[in-house]
This record gives sequence, C-alpha cells and structure tokens, in this order.
Amino acid sequence: MAKQVKQLDRVIIRFAGDSGDGMQLTGDRFTHETAAFGNDLSTLPNFPAEIRAPAGTLPGVSSFQLHFADHDILTPGDAPDVLVAMNPAALRANTKDLAAGATIIVDTHDFTARNLTRAGYAANPLEDGSLDKFSLHSVDLTALTVEAIKEFGLTRKDAGRTKNMFALGLLSWLYGRPVESTEAYLTKRFASKPDIRDANLAAFRAGWNFGETTEGFAVSYEVKPAPMRVGTYRNITGNLALSYGLVTASVRSRLPLFLGAYPITPASDILHELSKHKRFGVVTFQAEDEIAGIGAALGASFGGSLGVTTTSGPGIALKSETIGLAVSLELPLIVVDVQRGGPSTGLPTRTEQSDLLQAMFGRNGEAPVAIVAPQSPGDCFDAAVEAARIAVTYRTPVMLLSDGYLANGSEPWQLPDLDNLPTIDPAFATAANHETEVGDREFWPYKRDPETLARPWAIPGTPDLEHRVGGLEKADGHGSISYDPTNHDLMVRTRQAKIDRIADSIGPLEVDDPSGQARLLVLGWGSTYGPIGAACRRLRRHGLDVAQAHLRHLNPFPSNLGEVLRRYDRVVVPEMNLGQLGLLLRAKYLVDVIGYTQVRGLPFTATELEAVFTTTIEELHR
Amino acid sequence: MTTNLPTPGLRDVPTAETPMTRKDFASDQEVRWCPGCGDYIILAAVQGFLPTLGLRKENIVFVSGIGCSSRFPYYLETYGMHSIHGRAPAIATGLATARPDLSVWVVTGDGDALSIGGNHLIHALRRNVNLTILLFNNRIYGLTKGQYSPTSEPGKITKSTPMGSVDRPFNPVSLALGAEATFVARTLDSDRAHLTEVLQAAASHRGTSLVEIYQNCPIFNDGAFDVLKDKEQAEARLVRLEHGKPVRIGEREWIHDAHADDPSRAFEISRLDDGTMAHVPIGIFRQVERPTYDDQVRSQLTSAAATQGEGDLDALIAGSDTWTVSHAPS
Ligand code: SF4
Repeated sequence: MAKQVKQLDRVIIRFAGDSGDGMQLTGDRFTHETAAFGNDLSTLPNFPAEIRAPAGTLPGVSSFQLHFADHDILTPGDAPDVLVAMNPAALRANTKDLAAGATIIVDTHDFTARNLTRAGYAANPLEDGSLDKFSLHSVDLTALTVEAIKEFGLTRKDAGRTKNMFALGLLSWLYGRPVESTEAYLTKRFASKPDIRDANLAAFRAGWNFGETTEGFAVSYEVKPAPMRVGTYRNITGNLALSYGLVTASVRSRLPLFLGAYPITPASDILHELSKHKRFGVVTFQAEDEIAGIGAALGASFGGSLGVTTTSGPGIALKSETIGLAVSLELPLIVVDVQRGGPSTGLPTRTEQSDLLQAMFGRNGEAPVAIVAPQSPGDCFDAAVEAARIAVTYRTPVMLLSDGYLANGSEPWQLPDLDNLPTIDPAFATAANHETEVGDREFWPYKRDPETLARPWAIPGTPDLEHRVGGLEKADGHGSISYDPTNHDLMVRTRQAKIDRIADSIGPLEVDDPSGQARLLVLGWGSTYGPIGAACRRLRRHGLDVAQAHLRHLNPFPSNLGEVLRRYDRVVVPEMNLGQLGLLLRAKYLVDVIGYTQVRGLPFTATELEAVFTTTIEELHR
Repeated sequence: MTTNLPTPGLRDVPTAETPMTRKDFASDQEVRWCPGCGDYIILAAVQGFLPTLGLRKENIVFVSGIGCSSRFPYYLETYGMHSIHGRAPAIATGLATARPDLSVWVVTGDGDALSIGGNHLIHALRRNVNLTILLFNNRIYGLTKGQYSPTSEPGKITKSTPMGSVDRPFNPVSLALGAEATFVARTLDSDRAHLTEVLQAAASHRGTSLVEIYQNCPIFNDGAFDVLKDKEQAEARLVRLEHGKPVRIGEREWIHDAHADDPSRAFEISRLDDGTMAHVPIGIFRQVERPTYDDQVRSQLTSAAATQGEGDLDALIAGSDTWTVSHAPS
C-alpha cells in the first residue's frame, strides 16, 4: 500500500508521558535522527523536579518538545503540531498547549477509570468529544508493543517499558526519519542485556511498521533538510557546549582546568561531563558544599589553574563571600550560574533569568565582577571561552549566566574552528616588577598593567616573588594591608575601573535592523534570543520594521549601548524576571525602556512576543 | 618521639640549593598581635623550624581563615593567602590538589576551624588531602573581642554569655579522630621543643595532619592553660604520648600505638581529658598511612592519559554524531 507523502516546512512535536516512561530518551533519539537528516532544530525538555513523582499524576508528567524545519529556526516552537501522550495525565497536562487541528497520538492502554480520575478527568476525553477539534489517533501502543516483543520472554513490566521505542518508531515513520542512529544507539546501550536490546529494537521496528501498514495513518510527511552554512555539525545541549568551552579555554590558555562544584539542578551535568575528561588534565572536585566548591576553585586559581565553579542561583547565594574574596585577591575565576526559577529552592527544573542582579550586586562592599551570558545552547561554548578570556586577562571573577532552558535544550551546532578562537594568555609574572628608591628590585603584587589595570599573577613556585594576598584592603601597588582611607577609596575605584575597561576589548553592540527604518528596538540577553529573533522575523514578514540587539556582556555593557538605546523611539526589553536588565539600563542610561516580563518557568513563545512588538509599533504610529 | 613511618609528605616539593635561616622566612610586615600573645611563640617556632625542612621557600604556601591566628601568613616570607572565615581548608584543598610541588599549610583557630569552618575541616580530614593544619586553640574569640568559642568551657562568662555559656565544647582531637584523620597531634605554645618536634612529624606526614596547639590569649582568656604550664602541676596533668613508649596514669599503664589502623584507641585516649585538664594527653595520638585524596586524583589523570591518550580537542568537540553540509545554501 503506497501512502501519500505530504510536504511540510516545519513541525513541532511534543512527547509526553510519565517521568518513568522514557520521554526524554525518546525525544533525544528523535532529535538525533532529525539532526542526521539535516533539518534545523531546537528542543525543549521539560521534566518534574521529583525523580519519580507518583505514576499517572499531573506532577509526574515529563515532556520533550522538538521543533524541526527545512529552514533556519530559533526556538523549540510555541504550539505543538503533534502531541504523543502516553497516559491520561500526559494528555491532560498538554492539550491546552495545542493549536486547533493538531494531531494527538495517544496510548489508550492506561485509560482506565482509576487513571482518568487520578489525572483529573471526569469523563474519558477520548470518548466524550472534547478532543473533536484535534486529529485524534487512539492506539493501544502498550498492547501492540507487548505483542510485538513477546518472543523475547520479558516480564510484562519490562515489555511495557519498551513502548516508548514503539512510539519513536511510529513517529520516525511518520516523518521519514533515518533509523540507523537509533538502532546503533540501542545496540550499544543494551549490549550487555541482549534480551532488552532485542526487545527495544523489535519495538522500534514494530512502531515503524505499524505506521506503514495501518490504515489509521494515511499520510506521512516530509520536511526537507534545511540549507545550512557549509561546515560540520553536531547536535549539542547548552551544558555540553559550556563544558566543551571550558575544556577548550583550558587547552588554549595551557592552564589546567579545575572545577570545584556541589551537585545542583540544572548545573550538575557540567560536573558529570567534565569528570569524563581527565586525559585533558581536568580535575573535578565534588565538594562538601557550594562554599568549598568555589573555595577549592579559587585555591587552584591561586596555584595557576583555570579555576571554575558551577552552580545555580541558590549556590551563588552561598558562594557570594568567596566571589568577594576573588574580587579582592584579583585572581581569575569562572562562576557558572545555570539559572532556575527562584527565590529559594524555587523551581529547580524550570528556567528563569532572575539572577542578573544577584550576579551584579549580590556581595558586600563594592565588588564588581564581569558578567557574560550565552544566547543559545551552542553559544554556551563561545560564552565559556569568552568568560575565560576575561577572567584570565583581567584577573577577575567572571559570572557566566546560563539558564535551565539553554542547559537542557539543544540545537545543531557548527563545529568551531579552534584556531580562530581568541588567545588566552595567562602571562604569569616571572620577575620583580618594581624598583625601590635605593635600587632594590621587588615584586609588587598590586602594581597594575596600565592598559587593562590587571595585576600580575605570580604563582607559588616562582622564586623571589613570594607574596601574601588576602581579603583585607591592600595598599595600592605594594599590596600590604592598608587601612588608609584615601588608599581604600583609590582601590575601590580602581577595581571598578578595571572591570569597566573590559569594554575596550569586547567591540560594539551590533543591531540587526535590516531596513534601517525601525523605530522599535528589542533588546534582550541570554536565552530569550531565540523567541525574540523568531518574533522579529515574523514582524518583518508582515512588513513591519523592528530592530533587534542582544547583549553578550552584561557587565560591563558594550561602550555604544547608550547611543544604541537613544537611537530608537521605543526600546522593549523582554526578560524572564521582573525587569532586572531594564532596571540597570534605566539607571545607567536614563532611557525609558519598557519591560515585558514573565516568570512561568518556560521560555517566551514567539507568538506572545510578536503580539507585544506589533502592539508597540502600532502605538508608535498612532 | 619517633616518627619512623615512611610518610613523605614533602616528597614532591623541590628542595633549596642553599641552607636557609630563620631570617629568610621573616616577611617585612610588622607583627601586630597583642603583647604576650601565644601566637608570637608559635610564629617564632615555625620561622625557626621551616629552614630545617630544606624546601625552596617559593614552594611553601600558608593559607589562613579569619581570626587573630589567621594573620600568620603575613609574617612569613613564603606565598600566602589570608582568606575568609572558616574556608581555608577548602581553599587549601584546591591548591594542594592542583599543585603537588607545594608544601601547603593551613593556619586556623578554634572559632575559624570548629565553628564557622567545621564542615570544611572534617571533610579535609576525611579526604586526607596532603595539608598540614595548625589549629591555634585559645578557647575564645579574640579578634571580635572576647565571645565564647566552640572550645570554651561550659559556664564561661564572656561578653555574649553574661550568665555563663550553656554550650558544650568540642574536643578538637576527638573531633579529628572521629573524622578518621590520619595524623592528629596536640602541643603547647609554651613548649617550643615539643611544638617543633610535632610540627616536624606533621609536615613529613603525607595526608592531612591536624595539630592542635594550646595557645594563650592574654587579653581575653589569660591563663587558660596555666595549669599545664606550671612546672609542678604540669608533670601530673600532662600525658606525654610517644609511639612505642609506655604511658602511665596512676595505676594504668600501656604502650602507645599511634600507628593502629583503628582510631578507637586514640579516641579513647583523647577522652582522658574530661574537661578538667586533670589528664591532658599531648603528642601524636594517631599517625597512619592512607592514600591521599590529591595523590589519587592526580593518578586518575595520569592513568586516563596513559590508557586513552592525551586529550584531542577536535575529536572531543566533534563527538560521534556529526554531519557535513558541503553546499552553500542557494
Ligand atoms: S586578642 Fe588574644 S589571641 Fe588575639 S592577638 Fe590579642 S592576645 Fe593574641
């Protein structure tokens, strides 16, 4: 039976099930198949904070959304075109996000009266007509799977577990995905358990065949590969790209990488990843607490390592005192904050951008640090290299503000040309740098480079440069303890000036304003880049002029930022907080920027931003 | 005192070509403790003892926290860091792990190590990082002008406890032994010979050495250890521990075994002082060999490079699932 193949330019699929149903794995495999096929893609995993919330309940639902297209895309998509729901709770939790006409593929196996009640359904939605506006495929995926793999003699429970591979096979057929990478993956993953391996492979193929043979699915779809720049690509998540950026910075600077970290969601994967790269000389120290994590990293920096600590907002709160010490010692240190919903424990697995002011000001005294932020999962690589460049060149702690969406989201990433990355030169001090009045040569640990204002970095083991540093105020130049009021005033201003000077090395903020006619500028930072960019494209397709700029450096700001802000009649700043960048911009530039904010734990949708920008432009032209 | 175990704490630290003197280790900073403070004696002992290690002084680092004793690094002509309250063991752990060629020392006090930094202390001891920790115990907060500390005796009247402290104190040696520290000793600021001998053994121990030093604070807790310093009383009260030598208290007598794998006996000895200082053991309670954290971390790096080859950055970044686009978009 030859089936019809329909062309689409883009599709958004969401896999949803119980947290034990393997939805993250299913999504991840579909992503790999899609990447191998050559579509552009963007993903959004969404899972509960509990490892195994009670089965069949709404809090236990885990989902993975994937947007793929035959053209360049920027976000995981707003409303799914296809929902794969493995139980009543997954259906209930996700139906509200679907556009009318969306396809729902639902595993009917668990639609018992008990499970319906547990999910909060009064009646069976598959039968009461409430899903009529969707294209509904009710299939007992579990029963089909169990039947397909009965020859392997698995327990019913183990057999049921492979239903996610049946679903993956079905979706792979529906969208013409190449299956080789998933088959290879399953073969390797379950190499030591031949029964499980064979059952998963059989379930996967059975799902594919089911799509091909059943009459329920009359059409399959084709989404052509996206044209991309010439190069070699891979799919990558933000936490992985960030880890690779750190290793790269270590190799390029020839500074051994030392990570001191305490496990915390959603940053732990960086610790896991870096712990695999011992052959690069990477030391990972899983500390007794957040404070020891950064303390050990700072100790390693003092000894000439590239010291890094990774955490999320609650961890930053604990590390604040040590960040202040690093400001005072003027040693390189990279502090990675993978932001999540706050305050306090907040929403551990959900994204937010609400640590910007904590990064900026969350310390006692005048304690400025540099702040950089990545704008997409792949960009976490470049942002990490940039953080290292600033930290090493300026002898300063640098905050790298990623977030939960970047950390776990993924996209195709063109492999970087390592030779084109910035140089990172530790330029260790090797000799005395000061001559006394009587002609003696001395080492002055706080005698600065006149251009960068960075102090010399003399590491233990260097003869004749023995010196002491500490958190007490130091005399300018000589570095001994000083309580002198004028000296303190000078040192506070000098540390600030040093951070300000970083702006000389970062180049101007570039504005994307294709027509040059825009009166509205949208300014963002961090992970909002995708939805802002997607919304701006939509506006331009509708013939509206809009300018977009995105900040990589939050402290210091690029030198031309004030001029850019004043160039436009209106500046809108979308943020996943209550307007923290907006506050800084208003304070610094006296520009009346307009915030558009939400803290729902999920990225902005392009649709909502499109509406906000359109309204703003309409107001401007009124 | 015998320290016959082959515990080469300083094995990887380069040695000086020419012998050095005490003066080589004195920095240009004016020492600013109160007159008569026990810290002076300890500083003099350390400055006098460091040259005997024969190390290059640029390979010695002192890390401290906050408190009177934590000013120590400023007065030594080595590398040093005066850090923040309680965190010195964590900072030193990073440094010692990254740099096997350094002799890393932590100087701390009873408040710094046992109150605000208690967590870092026990974890350093548990991990057995190659560090030497000098814990100056004056049983009071000096720098903040006289509040009771986690080693102050119950009922102590201080500025913050006008009706007497109701806290139960730590015995630092018991605490360290509870954390299964591999080297635990106690000594006195007033007994320079004993202090030097203990420091020597601590420095040559590979792993975390904890040395509790009873230190007099003449300003806020003067005479806290006088009963151990008074010649007549001291003989009756001090219980001198030397490995392999007999120890006698009244009727009881036993041969001290600092090398016993099980810390229970050493712990029992640490409990001889019931808080009254009737019997105060000094010397090395425990000195055993156990692989150090930092040595094991570094050996994992070496073996990863040996079995998998040195890291290849291009291969790492590419991973196993790449695809190539060879035509520019039309
Ligand atoms: S307060 Fe006590 S411990 Fe501190 S310096 Fe003065 S005498 Fe020494």
